[in-house]
Amino acid sequence: MNYNWHWKVLFETEPGGTGTYLNYLIVGLGWTLVTALAAWALALAIGATVGTLRTTPIRWAVRIGDLYVEIFRNIPLIVQMFLWFFVFPELLPKAMGDWIKQVPPPWGSYIPAVLCLGIFTSVRVAEQVKAGIQSLPRGQRMAGIAMGLTEAQTYRHVILPQSFRIILPPLTSEFMNVIKNSSVALTIGLLELTGRARAMQEFSFRVFEAFATATVIYLLTNLVVVLAMRALERKVRVPGLIAVGGASQAGH
Amino acid sequence: MDSGFDFDVIQRSWVYLFREGMSFTLTLTALAMTGGIVFGTLLAMMRLSSIKPVSVLAGGYVNLMRSIPLVLVIFWFFFLVPYIGAWILREPNPVKVGAFWSALITFTMFEAAYYCEIMRAGIQSIPRGQVWSSYALGLNYWQTMAQIVLPQAFRNMLPVLLTQTIILFQDTSLVYVISATDFLGAASKIANRDYRLVEMYTFVAVVYFVISYGLSTLVRQLQERTATIK
Repeated sequence: MNYNWHWKVLFETEPGGTGTYLNYLIVGLGWTLVTALAAWALALAIGATVGTLRTTPIRWAVRIGDLYVEIFRNIPLIVQMFLWFFVFPELLPKAMGDWIKQVPPPWGSYIPAVLCLGIFTSVRVAEQVKAGIQSLPRGQRMAGIAMGLTEAQTYRHVILPQSFRIILPPLTSEFMNVIKNSSVALTIGLLELTGRARAMQEFSFRVFEAFATATVIYLLTNLVVVLAMRALERKVRVPGLIAVGGASQAGH
Repeated sequence: MDSGFDFDVIQRSWVYLFREGMSFTLTLTALAMTGGIVFGTLLAMMRLSSIKPVSVLAGGYVNLMRSIPLVLVIFWFFFLVPYIGAWILREPNPVKVGAFWSALITFTMFEAAYYCEIMRAGIQSIPRGQVWSSYALGLNYWQTMAQIVLPQAFRNMLPVLLTQTIILFQDTSLVYVISATDFLGAASKIANRDYRLVEMYTFVAVVYFVISYGLSTLVRQLQERTATIK
Protein backbone atom coordinates (compact mmCIF):
# COMPACT_ATOMS: atom_id res chain seq x y z
CA MET A 1 0.00 0.00 0.00
CA ASN A 2 1.45 3.36 -0.88
CA TYR A 3 0.78 5.55 2.10
CA ASN A 4 3.58 7.81 3.27
CA TRP A 5 3.85 7.60 7.01
CA HIS A 6 4.81 10.77 8.79
CA TRP A 7 4.91 10.06 12.50
CA LYS A 8 6.65 13.35 13.32
CA VAL A 9 3.23 14.99 12.90
CA LEU A 10 2.55 14.02 16.52
CA PHE A 11 5.11 16.57 17.65
CA GLU A 12 3.92 19.38 15.42
CA THR A 13 1.77 22.15 16.91
CA GLU A 14 -1.99 21.74 16.49
CA PRO A 15 -3.84 24.74 14.96
CA GLY A 16 -5.51 25.68 18.27
CA GLY A 17 -2.04 26.47 19.57
CA THR A 18 -2.43 24.49 22.79
CA GLY A 19 0.63 22.33 22.12
CA THR A 20 1.57 19.30 20.04
CA TYR A 21 -0.92 16.94 18.42
CA LEU A 22 0.15 14.24 20.86
CA ASN A 23 -0.72 16.53 23.75
CA TYR A 24 -4.02 17.33 22.01
CA LEU A 25 -4.90 13.62 21.91
CA ILE A 26 -3.87 13.02 25.51
CA VAL A 27 -6.13 15.86 26.66
CA GLY A 28 -8.79 13.99 24.66
CA LEU A 29 -8.12 10.89 26.75
CA GLY A 30 -8.63 13.08 29.82
CA TRP A 31 -12.07 14.08 28.54
CA THR A 32 -12.89 10.46 27.70
CA LEU A 33 -12.02 9.45 31.26
CA VAL A 34 -13.84 12.25 33.09
CA THR A 35 -16.93 11.59 30.96
CA ALA A 36 -16.74 7.84 31.53
CA LEU A 37 -16.11 8.13 35.28
CA ALA A 38 -18.96 10.57 35.90
CA ALA A 39 -21.31 8.44 33.78
CA TRP A 40 -20.12 5.32 35.61
CA ALA A 41 -20.92 6.84 39.02
CA LEU A 42 -24.41 7.72 37.79
CA ALA A 43 -24.84 4.27 36.23
CA LEU A 44 -23.83 2.46 39.42
CA ALA A 45 -26.17 4.53 41.58
CA ILE A 46 -29.23 4.15 39.32
CA GLY A 47 -28.37 0.62 38.19
CA ALA A 48 -27.95 -0.73 41.71
CA THR A 49 -31.25 0.82 42.79
CA VAL A 50 -33.27 -0.29 39.78
CA GLY A 51 -31.67 -3.75 39.71
CA THR A 52 -32.40 -4.32 43.40
CA LEU A 53 -35.99 -3.03 43.14
CA ARG A 54 -36.68 -5.48 40.32
CA THR A 55 -35.96 -8.41 42.66
CA THR A 56 -38.25 -7.24 45.48
CA PRO A 57 -41.83 -8.49 45.94
CA ILE A 58 -43.14 -4.91 45.42
CA ARG A 59 -45.15 -5.31 42.20
CA TRP A 60 -45.32 -1.67 41.08
CA ALA A 61 -41.60 -1.14 41.69
CA VAL A 62 -40.78 -4.19 39.56
CA ARG A 63 -43.03 -2.91 36.79
CA ILE A 64 -41.49 0.57 36.78
CA GLY A 65 -38.01 -0.98 36.81
CA ASP A 66 -38.87 -3.21 33.85
CA LEU A 67 -40.27 -0.25 31.91
CA TYR A 68 -37.14 1.82 32.58
CA VAL A 69 -34.87 -1.00 31.40
CA GLU A 70 -36.89 -1.68 28.23
CA ILE A 71 -36.99 1.99 27.21
CA PHE A 72 -33.29 2.72 27.54
CA ARG A 73 -32.18 -0.64 26.19
CA ASN A 74 -34.12 -0.49 22.95
CA ILE A 75 -33.10 2.93 21.65
CA PRO A 76 -29.65 3.25 20.01
CA LEU A 77 -27.10 5.20 22.05
CA ILE A 78 -26.56 7.87 19.40
CA VAL A 79 -30.32 8.50 19.21
CA GLN A 80 -30.42 8.84 23.00
CA MET A 81 -27.52 11.31 22.73
CA PHE A 82 -29.61 13.40 20.30
CA LEU A 83 -32.64 13.17 22.56
CA TRP A 84 -30.69 14.59 25.51
CA PHE A 85 -28.91 17.23 23.45
CA PHE A 86 -31.54 18.44 20.98
CA VAL A 87 -34.92 17.31 22.28
CA PHE A 88 -34.75 17.50 26.09
CA PRO A 89 -34.14 21.31 26.33
CA GLU A 90 -37.17 21.93 24.08
CA LEU A 91 -39.51 19.95 26.34
CA LEU A 92 -38.68 22.05 29.41
CA PRO A 93 -40.27 25.44 30.15
CA LYS A 94 -38.86 27.95 27.67
CA ALA A 95 -36.69 29.94 30.11
CA MET A 96 -35.05 26.80 31.46
CA GLY A 97 -34.52 25.34 27.98
CA ASP A 98 -32.91 28.56 26.78
CA TRP A 99 -30.65 28.60 29.82
CA ILE A 100 -29.49 25.03 29.06
CA LYS A 101 -28.78 25.93 25.44
CA GLN A 102 -26.52 28.78 26.59
CA VAL A 103 -24.26 26.63 28.77
CA PRO A 104 -20.79 27.33 27.31
CA PRO A 105 -18.73 24.59 25.64
CA PRO A 106 -17.47 22.05 26.50
CA TRP A 107 -19.98 21.76 29.39
CA GLY A 108 -22.93 22.19 27.01
CA SER A 109 -21.95 18.81 25.48
CA TYR A 110 -20.38 17.27 28.56
CA ILE A 111 -23.48 17.35 30.77
CA PRO A 112 -25.91 15.76 28.27
CA ALA A 113 -23.20 13.21 27.36
CA VAL A 114 -22.77 12.17 31.01
CA LEU A 115 -26.55 11.97 31.58
CA CYS A 116 -27.05 9.94 28.40
CA LEU A 117 -24.16 7.52 29.00
CA GLY A 118 -24.99 7.20 32.68
CA ILE A 119 -28.59 6.24 32.05
CA PHE A 120 -27.75 4.02 29.06
CA THR A 121 -25.20 2.13 31.20
CA SER A 122 -27.42 2.03 34.30
CA VAL A 123 -29.76 -0.32 32.43
CA ARG A 124 -26.95 -2.78 31.85
CA VAL A 125 -25.76 -2.44 35.46
CA ALA A 126 -29.35 -3.05 36.61
CA GLU A 127 -29.47 -6.28 34.60
CA GLN A 128 -26.21 -7.47 36.15
CA VAL A 129 -27.33 -6.56 39.68
CA LYS A 130 -30.60 -8.40 39.19
CA ALA A 131 -28.81 -11.47 37.82
CA GLY A 132 -26.34 -11.35 40.72
CA ILE A 133 -29.10 -11.26 43.33
CA GLN A 134 -31.05 -14.02 41.62
CA SER A 135 -27.95 -16.22 41.46
CA LEU A 136 -27.94 -16.47 45.27
CA PRO A 137 -29.78 -19.48 46.71
CA ARG A 138 -33.36 -18.60 47.69
CA GLY A 139 -32.80 -20.17 51.07
CA GLN A 140 -30.61 -17.26 52.12
CA ARG A 141 -33.46 -14.79 51.85
CA MET A 142 -35.81 -17.17 53.67
CA ALA A 143 -33.23 -17.80 56.39
CA GLY A 144 -32.79 -14.05 56.82
CA ILE A 145 -36.54 -13.58 57.31
CA ALA A 146 -36.70 -16.62 59.61
CA MET A 147 -33.97 -15.10 61.79
CA GLY A 148 -36.29 -12.13 62.34
CA LEU A 149 -34.68 -9.67 59.94
CA THR A 150 -37.00 -7.40 57.99
CA GLU A 151 -37.01 -7.54 54.18
CA ALA A 152 -34.81 -4.42 54.06
CA GLN A 153 -32.37 -5.79 56.62
CA THR A 154 -32.08 -9.05 54.70
CA TYR A 155 -31.09 -7.09 51.61
CA ARG A 156 -28.71 -4.86 53.53
CA HIS A 157 -26.86 -7.54 55.51
CA VAL A 158 -27.28 -10.79 53.57
CA ILE A 159 -28.09 -10.37 49.89
CA LEU A 160 -26.45 -7.18 48.61
CA PRO A 161 -22.97 -7.61 50.15
CA GLN A 162 -22.64 -10.97 48.42
CA SER A 163 -24.20 -10.12 45.09
CA PHE A 164 -22.08 -7.00 44.55
CA ARG A 165 -18.94 -9.03 45.04
CA ILE A 166 -20.18 -11.73 42.67
CA ILE A 167 -20.96 -9.35 39.82
CA LEU A 168 -17.66 -7.47 39.89
CA PRO A 169 -16.20 -9.21 36.78
CA PRO A 170 -19.20 -8.41 34.52
CA LEU A 171 -19.20 -4.87 35.92
CA THR A 172 -15.57 -4.51 34.84
CA SER A 173 -16.53 -5.16 31.25
CA GLU A 174 -19.42 -2.68 31.59
CA PHE A 175 -16.94 -0.06 32.79
CA MET A 176 -14.80 -0.65 29.72
CA ASN A 177 -17.95 -0.29 27.63
CA VAL A 178 -18.59 3.17 29.10
CA ILE A 179 -15.08 4.23 28.15
CA LYS A 180 -15.62 3.02 24.59
CA ASN A 181 -19.20 4.31 24.34
CA SER A 182 -18.15 7.81 25.42
CA SER A 183 -16.80 8.19 21.87
CA VAL A 184 -20.40 8.54 20.67
CA ALA A 185 -20.44 11.92 22.46
CA LEU A 186 -18.40 13.33 19.57
CA THR A 187 -21.68 13.50 17.64
CA ILE A 188 -22.90 16.21 20.03
CA GLY A 189 -19.60 18.06 19.90
CA LEU A 190 -17.63 16.70 22.85
CA LEU A 191 -13.94 16.60 21.87
CA GLU A 192 -12.95 13.37 23.60
CA LEU A 193 -10.25 11.02 22.31
CA THR A 194 -11.97 9.75 19.13
CA GLY A 195 -13.33 13.23 18.37
CA ARG A 196 -9.85 14.69 18.67
CA ALA A 197 -8.32 11.98 16.49
CA ARG A 198 -10.93 12.86 13.87
CA ALA A 199 -10.18 16.60 14.26
CA MET A 200 -6.45 15.95 14.00
CA GLN A 201 -7.07 14.01 10.78
CA GLU A 202 -8.98 17.00 9.38
CA PHE A 203 -6.34 19.56 10.37
CA SER A 204 -3.21 17.64 9.44
CA PHE A 205 -4.48 15.21 6.75
CA ARG A 206 -2.49 12.51 8.57
CA VAL A 207 -5.32 9.96 8.69
CA PHE A 208 -3.67 6.80 9.90
CA GLU A 209 -1.17 8.41 12.28
CA ALA A 210 -4.10 10.05 14.08
CA PHE A 211 -6.25 6.90 14.30
CA ALA A 212 -3.31 4.60 15.09
CA THR A 213 -2.27 6.82 18.00
CA ALA A 214 -5.85 6.93 19.33
CA THR A 215 -6.06 3.13 19.00
CA VAL A 216 -2.84 2.65 20.99
CA ILE A 217 -4.09 5.02 23.70
CA TYR A 218 -7.37 3.06 23.97
CA LEU A 219 -5.47 -0.24 24.19
CA LEU A 220 -3.21 1.08 26.96
CA THR A 221 -6.23 2.43 28.86
CA ASN A 222 -7.93 -0.96 28.59
CA LEU A 223 -4.83 -2.70 29.86
CA VAL A 224 -4.64 -0.44 32.92
CA VAL A 225 -8.35 -0.93 33.70
CA VAL A 226 -8.14 -4.71 33.31
CA LEU A 227 -5.09 -4.98 35.59
CA ALA A 228 -6.58 -2.69 38.25
CA MET A 229 -9.92 -4.49 38.25
CA ARG A 230 -8.28 -7.90 38.35
CA ALA A 231 -6.44 -6.88 41.50
CA LEU A 232 -9.71 -5.62 43.02
CA GLU A 233 -11.53 -8.81 42.00
CA ARG A 234 -8.91 -10.95 43.71
CA LYS A 235 -9.33 -8.94 46.87
CA VAL A 236 -13.12 -9.11 47.17
CA ARG A 237 -13.74 -12.51 45.62
CA VAL A 238 -16.24 -14.75 47.41
CA PRO A 239 -14.68 -18.25 47.51
CA GLY A 240 -16.85 -20.78 45.73
CA LEU A 241 -19.06 -18.28 43.92
CA ILE A 242 -18.37 -17.19 40.38
CA ALA A 243 -19.95 -14.52 38.24
CA VAL A 244 -23.05 -15.16 36.24
CA GLY A 245 -23.25 -14.46 32.51
CA GLY A 246 -19.83 -13.67 31.17
CA ALA A 247 -18.66 -14.76 27.74
CA SER A 248 -21.86 -16.17 26.30
CA GLN A 249 -23.82 -12.94 26.76
CA ALA A 250 -24.41 -10.61 23.86
CA GLY A 251 -23.15 -7.10 24.24
CA HIS A 252 -20.49 -4.59 23.57
CA MET B 1 -44.77 23.70 26.82
CA ASP B 2 -46.21 25.80 24.01
CA SER B 3 -46.96 23.74 20.98
CA GLY B 4 -44.59 25.02 18.36
CA PHE B 5 -44.27 21.40 17.31
CA ASP B 6 -45.16 20.28 13.82
CA PHE B 7 -45.53 16.54 13.52
CA ASP B 8 -46.76 16.89 9.92
CA VAL B 9 -43.11 16.80 8.92
CA ILE B 10 -43.19 13.03 9.55
CA GLN B 11 -46.21 12.59 7.32
CA ARG B 12 -44.46 14.54 4.58
CA SER B 13 -41.25 12.57 4.78
CA TRP B 14 -42.02 9.04 5.94
CA VAL B 15 -41.82 7.53 2.46
CA TYR B 16 -38.29 8.88 2.07
CA LEU B 17 -37.35 7.87 5.62
CA PHE B 18 -38.36 4.26 5.11
CA ARG B 19 -37.59 3.76 1.43
CA GLU B 20 -34.13 5.33 1.63
CA GLY B 21 -33.18 5.22 5.28
CA MET B 22 -34.74 2.13 6.78
CA SER B 23 -33.94 -0.02 3.75
CA PHE B 24 -30.27 1.01 4.09
CA THR B 25 -30.35 0.14 7.81
CA LEU B 26 -32.08 -3.23 7.32
CA THR B 27 -29.93 -4.28 4.35
CA LEU B 28 -26.79 -3.35 6.25
CA THR B 29 -27.98 -5.25 9.35
CA ALA B 30 -28.90 -8.40 7.40
CA LEU B 31 -25.70 -8.54 5.35
CA ALA B 32 -23.40 -7.65 8.26
CA MET B 33 -25.12 -10.28 10.41
CA THR B 34 -24.59 -12.97 7.76
CA GLY B 35 -21.00 -11.96 7.09
CA GLY B 36 -20.28 -11.46 10.77
CA ILE B 37 -21.59 -14.88 11.80
CA VAL B 38 -19.67 -16.66 9.00
CA PHE B 39 -16.41 -14.82 9.71
CA GLY B 40 -17.02 -15.00 13.48
CA THR B 41 -17.48 -18.77 13.35
CA LEU B 42 -14.22 -19.13 11.42
CA LEU B 43 -12.51 -16.92 14.01
CA ALA B 44 -13.92 -19.06 16.82
CA MET B 45 -12.58 -22.22 15.15
CA MET B 46 -9.21 -20.49 14.78
CA ARG B 47 -9.19 -19.40 18.44
CA LEU B 48 -9.86 -22.97 19.54
CA SER B 49 -7.25 -24.37 17.15
CA SER B 50 -4.37 -26.37 18.59
CA ILE B 51 -2.02 -24.64 16.12
CA LYS B 52 -0.58 -21.90 18.29
CA PRO B 53 0.06 -19.12 15.69
CA VAL B 54 -3.50 -19.52 14.36
CA SER B 55 -5.14 -19.17 17.78
CA VAL B 56 -2.88 -16.27 18.77
CA LEU B 57 -3.68 -14.42 15.54
CA ALA B 58 -7.44 -14.86 15.94
CA GLY B 59 -7.28 -14.00 19.65
CA GLY B 60 -5.32 -10.84 18.92
CA TYR B 61 -7.81 -9.74 16.27
CA VAL B 62 -10.81 -10.33 18.53
CA ASN B 63 -9.25 -8.54 21.49
CA LEU B 64 -8.19 -5.59 19.35
CA MET B 65 -11.70 -5.14 17.96
CA ARG B 66 -13.26 -5.47 21.40
CA SER B 67 -10.91 -2.91 22.93
CA ILE B 68 -11.57 0.07 20.70
CA PRO B 69 -14.80 2.05 20.22
CA LEU B 70 -17.02 1.22 17.25
CA VAL B 71 -16.94 4.88 16.15
CA LEU B 72 -13.16 4.71 15.83
CA VAL B 73 -13.42 1.43 13.89
CA ILE B 74 -15.91 3.09 11.51
CA PHE B 75 -13.44 5.92 10.89
CA TRP B 76 -10.56 3.47 10.43
CA PHE B 77 -12.32 1.47 7.74
CA PHE B 78 -13.82 4.52 6.08
CA PHE B 79 -10.29 5.74 5.31
CA LEU B 80 -8.56 2.36 5.07
CA VAL B 81 -10.88 0.54 2.66
CA PRO B 82 -9.99 2.79 -0.34
CA TYR B 83 -6.29 1.97 0.19
CA ILE B 84 -6.98 -1.76 0.53
CA GLY B 85 -9.11 -1.57 -2.62
CA ALA B 86 -6.26 0.09 -4.48
CA TRP B 87 -3.87 -2.58 -3.24
CA ILE B 88 -6.14 -5.45 -4.33
CA LEU B 89 -6.97 -3.93 -7.72
CA ARG B 90 -3.36 -2.78 -8.20
CA GLU B 91 -4.48 0.79 -8.78
CA PRO B 92 -1.97 3.56 -8.07
CA ASN B 93 -4.48 5.74 -6.17
CA PRO B 94 -7.03 4.98 -3.43
CA VAL B 95 -10.28 3.61 -4.89
CA LYS B 96 -13.59 5.39 -4.25
CA VAL B 97 -15.83 3.25 -2.05
CA GLY B 98 -19.38 4.30 -1.21
CA ALA B 99 -20.63 4.75 2.35
CA PHE B 100 -22.68 1.55 2.13
CA TRP B 101 -19.78 -0.73 1.21
CA SER B 102 -17.52 0.94 3.72
CA ALA B 103 -20.14 0.46 6.44
CA LEU B 104 -20.79 -3.14 5.41
CA ILE B 105 -17.10 -4.06 5.61
CA THR B 106 -16.76 -2.26 8.95
CA PHE B 107 -19.71 -3.95 10.61
CA THR B 108 -18.85 -7.39 9.24
CA MET B 109 -15.29 -7.15 10.56
CA PHE B 110 -16.30 -5.57 13.87
CA GLU B 111 -19.29 -7.74 14.73
CA ALA B 112 -17.36 -10.89 13.76
CA ALA B 113 -15.27 -10.36 16.91
CA TYR B 114 -18.44 -10.41 19.04
CA TYR B 115 -20.07 -13.29 17.16
CA CYS B 116 -16.76 -15.14 17.53
CA GLU B 117 -16.96 -15.07 21.33
CA ILE B 118 -20.55 -16.32 21.22
CA MET B 119 -19.71 -19.16 18.81
CA ARG B 120 -16.64 -20.05 20.88
CA ALA B 121 -18.86 -20.53 23.94
CA GLY B 122 -21.25 -22.53 21.72
CA ILE B 123 -18.52 -24.84 20.43
CA GLN B 124 -17.18 -25.35 23.93
CA SER B 125 -20.65 -26.27 25.15
CA ILE B 126 -20.52 -29.46 23.03
CA PRO B 127 -19.03 -32.39 25.01
CA ARG B 128 -15.55 -33.32 23.78
CA GLY B 129 -16.63 -36.96 23.59
CA GLN B 130 -18.72 -36.15 20.52
CA VAL B 131 -15.63 -34.90 18.70
CA TRP B 132 -13.59 -37.95 19.70
CA SER B 133 -16.31 -40.35 18.60
CA SER B 134 -16.66 -38.68 15.22
CA TYR B 135 -12.87 -38.89 14.72
CA ALA B 136 -13.12 -42.54 15.75
CA LEU B 137 -15.79 -43.01 13.08
CA GLY B 138 -13.32 -41.69 10.50
CA LEU B 139 -14.62 -38.14 9.99
CA ASN B 140 -11.99 -35.45 9.48
CA TYR B 141 -11.85 -32.05 11.23
CA TRP B 142 -14.01 -30.20 8.70
CA GLN B 143 -16.63 -32.95 8.54
CA THR B 144 -16.79 -33.11 12.34
CA MET B 145 -17.22 -29.35 12.57
CA ALA B 146 -19.76 -29.02 9.77
CA GLN B 147 -21.89 -32.06 10.61
CA ILE B 148 -21.58 -32.60 14.36
CA VAL B 149 -20.32 -29.59 16.32
CA LEU B 150 -21.44 -26.42 14.54
CA PRO B 151 -25.12 -27.34 14.00
CA GLN B 152 -25.50 -27.99 17.75
CA ALA B 153 -23.38 -25.01 18.78
CA PHE B 154 -25.39 -22.76 16.49
CA ARG B 155 -28.65 -24.01 17.89
CA ASN B 156 -27.56 -23.64 21.53
CA MET B 157 -26.41 -20.10 20.89
CA LEU B 158 -29.30 -18.97 18.68
CA PRO B 159 -30.93 -16.66 21.26
CA VAL B 160 -27.60 -14.96 22.05
CA LEU B 161 -26.74 -14.62 18.36
CA LEU B 162 -30.11 -12.96 17.74
CA THR B 163 -29.70 -10.64 20.72
CA GLN B 164 -26.31 -9.61 19.33
CA THR B 165 -28.05 -8.94 16.00
CA ILE B 166 -30.50 -6.58 17.71
CA ILE B 167 -27.49 -4.72 19.12
CA LEU B 168 -26.01 -4.67 15.60
CA PHE B 169 -29.27 -3.24 14.27
CA GLN B 170 -29.06 -0.41 16.82
CA ASP B 171 -25.35 0.12 16.23
CA THR B 172 -25.75 0.64 12.49
CA SER B 173 -27.15 4.08 13.41
CA LEU B 174 -23.53 5.09 14.12
CA VAL B 175 -22.86 5.30 10.37
CA TYR B 176 -24.18 8.82 10.96
CA VAL B 177 -20.53 9.78 11.63
CA ILE B 178 -19.58 9.08 8.00
CA SER B 179 -22.73 10.87 6.75
CA ALA B 180 -24.39 7.74 5.39
CA THR B 181 -28.13 7.90 4.74
CA ASP B 182 -29.35 5.20 7.09
CA PHE B 183 -32.63 5.67 8.99
CA LEU B 184 -31.09 8.13 11.44
CA GLY B 185 -29.07 9.84 8.69
CA ALA B 186 -32.19 10.32 6.53
CA ALA B 187 -34.14 11.67 9.51
CA SER B 188 -31.30 13.99 10.41
CA LYS B 189 -31.22 15.38 6.86
CA ILE B 190 -34.94 16.18 6.95
CA ALA B 191 -34.65 17.50 10.53
CA ASN B 192 -31.95 19.99 9.56
CA ARG B 193 -33.58 20.98 6.27
CA ASP B 194 -36.98 21.77 7.85
CA TYR B 195 -35.55 22.67 11.26
CA ARG B 196 -37.69 20.00 12.92
CA LEU B 197 -35.11 18.28 15.13
CA VAL B 198 -37.40 17.57 18.09
CA GLU B 199 -40.14 15.92 16.03
CA MET B 200 -37.76 13.87 13.85
CA TYR B 201 -35.48 12.58 16.60
CA THR B 202 -38.47 11.66 18.77
CA PHE B 203 -39.95 9.77 15.83
CA VAL B 204 -36.64 7.99 15.19
CA ALA B 205 -36.43 6.94 18.85
CA VAL B 206 -39.98 5.57 18.76
CA VAL B 207 -39.37 3.58 15.57
CA TYR B 208 -36.11 2.07 16.88
CA PHE B 209 -37.81 1.25 20.17
CA VAL B 210 -40.75 -0.51 18.53
CA ILE B 211 -38.55 -2.63 16.27
CA SER B 212 -35.95 -3.52 18.93
CA TYR B 213 -38.57 -4.26 21.57
CA GLY B 214 -40.57 -6.39 19.15
CA LEU B 215 -37.50 -8.39 18.13
CA SER B 216 -36.31 -8.89 21.71
CA THR B 217 -39.75 -10.15 22.71
CA LEU B 218 -39.56 -12.69 19.88
CA VAL B 219 -36.09 -13.77 21.01
CA ARG B 220 -37.37 -14.24 24.57
CA GLN B 221 -40.18 -16.45 23.33
CA LEU B 222 -37.72 -18.46 21.24
CA GLN B 223 -35.47 -18.81 24.27
CA GLU B 224 -38.32 -20.21 26.36
CA ARG B 225 -39.24 -22.66 23.59
CA THR B 226 -35.72 -23.93 23.03
CA ALA B 227 -35.07 -24.06 26.77
CA THR B 228 -37.90 -26.56 27.32
CA ILE B 229 -36.60 -28.90 24.59
CA LYS B 230 -33.23 -29.40 26.30
